[in-house]
Amino acid sequence: MRISRVAGQAAIVALLVAPLLHGQVEPPRPTEQIPLSAGSETPEDVLDGWHRTIPTKVHNQKSAPAPRHDIGGTWDPGPTNGIQGSGAPNRPDDGNPAHEPPFTPLGLELMQRTKPTGGFRSVLPGETNDPMDQGDPQGMPREDLYELRVTQIVQMPEKVLVLYTFGRVWRVIWTDGRDFPTNMEPRWFGWSIGKWVDDTTLLVETRGVDERTWVDRAGRPHSADMRVLEWFHRVDRDHLELSVEVDDAKMYMKPWVASYKMPFNLRPPDYDVREMIYAPSDENEYHRLLADPVSKPNSH
Amino acid sequence: MTRKLVMIVILGSAIAVACRPALAHHGAAAYDTTKTVTLKGTVAKWLWSNPHCLLLLDATDDNGQVVHWVAETQNPLSMSNMGWANDSFKPGDHITLRVTPSKNGTPIGLVVDVVLANGHKLNARNFVADEPKTDASPKQ
Repeated sequence: MRISRVAGQAAIVALLVAPLLHGQVEPPRPTEQIPLSAGSETPEDVLDGWHRTIPTKVHNQKSAPAPRHDIGGTWDPGPTNGIQGSGAPNRPDDGNPAHEPPFTPLGLELMQRTKPTGGFRSVLPGETNDPMDQGDPQGMPREDLYELRVTQIVQMPEKVLVLYTFGRVWRVIWTDGRDFPTNMEPRWFGWSIGKWVDDTTLLVETRGVDERTWVDRAGRPHSADMRVLEWFHRVDRDHLELSVEVDDAKMYMKPWVASYKMPFNLRPPDYDVREMIYAPSDENEYHRLLADPVSKPNSH
Repeated sequence: MTRKLVMIVILGSAIAVACRPALAHHGAAAYDTTKTVTLKGTVAKWLWSNPHCLLLLDATDDNGQVVHWVAETQNPLSMSNMGWANDSFKPGDHITLRVTPSKNGTPIGLVVDVVLANGHKLNARNFVADEPKTDASPKQ
């Protein structure tokens, strides 16, 4: 009895000390671990761009383990989960003060100047000052936080390419060990570096994002000093989770998690991804026929 | 009693937030989501485009006058997942269109659903929680 108790205590000590002895350090995690407020929808099947029915669920089959250091594939967040129309899913702009990011006075002031068409502060479509409405790129991290659709990840030895459906844009995450350059000109999608923090999680840091972009669809602002952290975690062969954290001391009192474990399903390699481009001519026609007349004062 | 009331208010608020129309990109602030309007007419144009598909309909009003309606859906990608396509309509098709009307009284609406001449129904919402409660349709 006594021996077994001592053995148990020793085992606990061993578990605590072993990672230190072997140089293993707990990888960084998002500062807040809150489940997504959006439902995790899994429709029975979906159509790809070639009008083929793609089954979503593999019945009675257990997914194989995640391959080591590999997040490549065609990943589908489902038809509506990725839209995130009210802003960051972990901090939706829904009128609940508890969901507001921890603004600094400057952050609050700049947020109040934005006129989004989504969330609790929605304005009429003809009154928005959403930079995307003028054709500006969404940038980072908004590409993760609004209209996140089927996302193709192409992994190469020195970099990872992320190909987004919305806007048909792509970005590079360097994984060759480089550091950020000393002089980073502002980029719409910033400068991204990725490091494997365990066998199945790529932690990506992005800096140098053009401060004209919004953090999310609800008009949360950021400065040129913003750091964005993304965790791409492959749960098993068929499932990926994405968490996103925003760290910007000028706009927010502390880092805040915008999205936590957004789930994706793996699609087959021959899955055809549809086009989703907001061409200026289409946008202009939309404004002429609908957005501008519907935003005028009452016609009664 | 007070606790029960608070629970009802919290639950009601949660349902109200959950039931807001999930129209991407431009939102639904321009529409009176308490009403629905049923229109019968012929398709003038079907624009399968981003940011929203547009259905242009020539409908006859109470006075027999033709009114040119513009109704929007979500984007082509989202609509495809609900069974819509670029060839769902062609000019001259007779359809019955239900929309959530604009707040400012212009003949503009947010599509609820469409019934084709052959009786086939196309839903424009992927959930039913925001189904309008009041029928404000012009009398046919």
